[in-house]
Amino acid sequence: MFTLRDVQKVYAGRPALGPITLDLPAGRTTVLIGPSGCGKSTLLRLLIGLAGPHKGVVAFDGAPVTPETARSVRLRVGYVIQDGGLFPHLTARANVTLMARHLGRDREAIAARVDELAALTRFPADGLDRRPGELSGGQRQRVGLMRALMLDPDALLLDEPLGALDPLVRADLQAELREIFRALRKTVVLVTHDLGEATYFADRVVLLRDGRIVQEGSPGDLWHRPADPFVTRFVQAQRGPEVPA
Amino acid sequence: MRRPRVFPSTRLLLILALATAPGCSRTEKPVVIGAKKFTESVILAEMGVALARDAGAEARRDDLGGTPALWLALTQGDIDAYPEYTGTITRQILKADPPDLAAALAEKGVRLGRPMGFRNNYALGMRKDVAAELGITKTSDLRDHPDLRCGFIHEFLDRPDGWPGVRARYNLPQTNVQGMNHTLAYRGVVEKALDVTEVYTTDGEIAQYDLLVLPDDLHFFPSYEAVWLYRADLGARHPEVVDRLRRLEGKITEPEMQRMNAAVQGEKRDEAQVAVEFLRSKLGVDAVGSAEGTLAGRVLATTGEHLLLVVPSLLAAIAIAVPLGIVAARRPTLGRFVLGAVGLLQTIPSLALLLFMIPVMMWLIGRGTGAPPAVAALTLYSLLPIVRNTHAGLTGVPRSLRESAEALGLPPLAILRRVELPLAAPTILAGVRTAAVINVGTATLGGFIGAGGYGRPILRGIDKFDVPLMLEGAIPAALLAVAIEALFGLIERAVSRRG
Repeated sequence: MFTLRDVQKVYAGRPALGPITLDLPAGRTTVLIGPSGCGKSTLLRLLIGLAGPHKGVVAFDGAPVTPETARSVRLRVGYVIQDGGLFPHLTARANVTLMARHLGRDREAIAARVDELAALTRFPADGLDRRPGELSGGQRQRVGLMRALMLDPDALLLDEPLGALDPLVRADLQAELREIFRALRKTVVLVTHDLGEATYFADRVVLLRDGRIVQEGSPGDLWHRPADPFVTRFVQAQRGPEVPA
Repeated sequence: MRRPRVFPSTRLLLILALATAPGCSRTEKPVVIGAKKFTESVILAEMGVALARDAGAEARRDDLGGTPALWLALTQGDIDAYPEYTGTITRQILKADPPDLAAALAEKGVRLGRPMGFRNNYALGMRKDVAAELGITKTSDLRDHPDLRCGFIHEFLDRPDGWPGVRARYNLPQTNVQGMNHTLAYRGVVEKALDVTEVYTTDGEIAQYDLLVLPDDLHFFPSYEAVWLYRADLGARHPEVVDRLRRLEGKITEPEMQRMNAAVQGEKRDEAQVAVEFLRSKLGVDAVGSAEGTLAGRVLATTGEHLLLVVPSLLAAIAIAVPLGIVAARRPTLGRFVLGAVGLLQTIPSLALLLFMIPVMMWLIGRGTGAPPAVAALTLYSLLPIVRNTHAGLTGVPRSLRESAEALGLPPLAILRRVELPLAAPTILAGVRTAAVINVGTATLGGFIGAGGYGRPILRGIDKFDVPLMLEGAIPAALLAVAIEALFGLIERAVSRRG
């Protein structure tokens, strides 16, 4: 669905990403993981043209993503960021339907789609007319997800979608999200720094460090066949609870 | 003649804003008699208004400040006639002393009436007791007292036939010279805060305060005989009005003028009434002056005039400033320039901006006095808070929200309309609120150029030292500012609730 060929991105004179060559296959869930500053969010932004590469080509569905094509790509890709990125002046419903209304879609179809998405994400119907400030963190994240799914996109990008949630809500939402991903069979690219979360979702994991790919493969590959000592260290740094006997 | 290009939409907006200003839609132009900002001029102008009405014409008075503004208004056709003094015509208006004054004025499309009878010469005045103590009896005696404190009106300080000329002729050494309002200078002399001020020989205060008028022993001051100046086309449009105005020629003596001035200054009587009474007793004209009406009626009228300055200028300012603020937020380099430019506008003294707008509006829409220049100046004055807050509101929208809107696929204009402007709305509204309150206060200066509003009673009140009259403008102005604050408070709450 997405391909990157020799892509490089420079920020303030320092290379932030690449050169990277990567395929993100359709219908699969790929998780980008790595320590902060490794370039995983930058990579996600490149996919929908929020940033442009200095070198190389990013392509979506076979066509390069350029400033001219970026808008049509964005209409086919849903994007969810930490805490939802919701517009505080709009109700949950208005946030979800903003783009559809702008495109002049049929009102009834919009209303039906919102009901469908609320059911899918288990969002309470009475919350639809509240503003983001009146919703809980988990609810905001569900609204963010509904907004990303509104136009029934081919792909879904999520940038640390669960980072700001407390552990119980997070665990619930992880389970629901995985169900949704499996039910929808969309191309999913998810960014996280949590290995547990990565392995929970991923068909494929891509581990990044300093803007380059250190290893890509199944979660099992990272555990059992680390490409270099950094992978081992990264995997071991994720510790479970230490319970005294 | 080629005109420099003006940003077309700006010009259009100004014209739109001004189309709602009073006076533009009237078809039959009334006769307008100009007055300077001092009592005698107002009384004479009121006589002119009453005489014009007696001739069957619609007429009103316009208070336009100083000589340059009146001359400009007369030559441009904003006013039809005003009382002037011969000395002022030669020294300040023509800056020449032609053998045939009437012919020189006729070249400029202005006619000169014959003298009304009295002279209102400049002279220097002092308290009698202070002068006696120092042994001063005539103007040249001032030479021996360099420490005397002098207070003159600004116009006298600048005029060649004023302080600069008299100082040169008499070789006067005084350096403690302040510019101030004529009435305040009189108070200053009376209360011994000042020693010398300029007086007009028909001033009612001379008798009222028993002041000494220093004889002009070196014959510096020219003769200031009161005359009508009127437009040549007034004779064609309203010959009977010109006839009536000229019936005043040779009819007013110096003591009569002094008495009328004292009646207004000292007894706080209404100028129009004093004028009408004189016309009745002296000319047998049963004339009607400007209707004074009840206090409530007057306040209602000035409030209406004031709102006609404030509302159009505020709307025009919003229409110009919000787009400017958007441009400033989008293009940081251009933005610094825009913010700097509107900031610079704010540093121009409001009165100077107002006067500057007279020729500008004359050129733009052909009306140089009254509401249009005041509305234009107020518009420029209201830009800064709105531009600044629009800029601040838009740049304050978190990057993540902007990006979130971009990621949805919204085009830039839709992002602006659906996300950024609504988020910036409370800040923009706060800017509009500030502009509105400043605007209400600044609009009182419109009184200087005949724009009406609360400034009219305030300025006349200052001139007559009539505190109730000042308050008649000042209190409603303060109340209007408070009301506007409250109104915007409600709007802001409604906006933040609705979103």
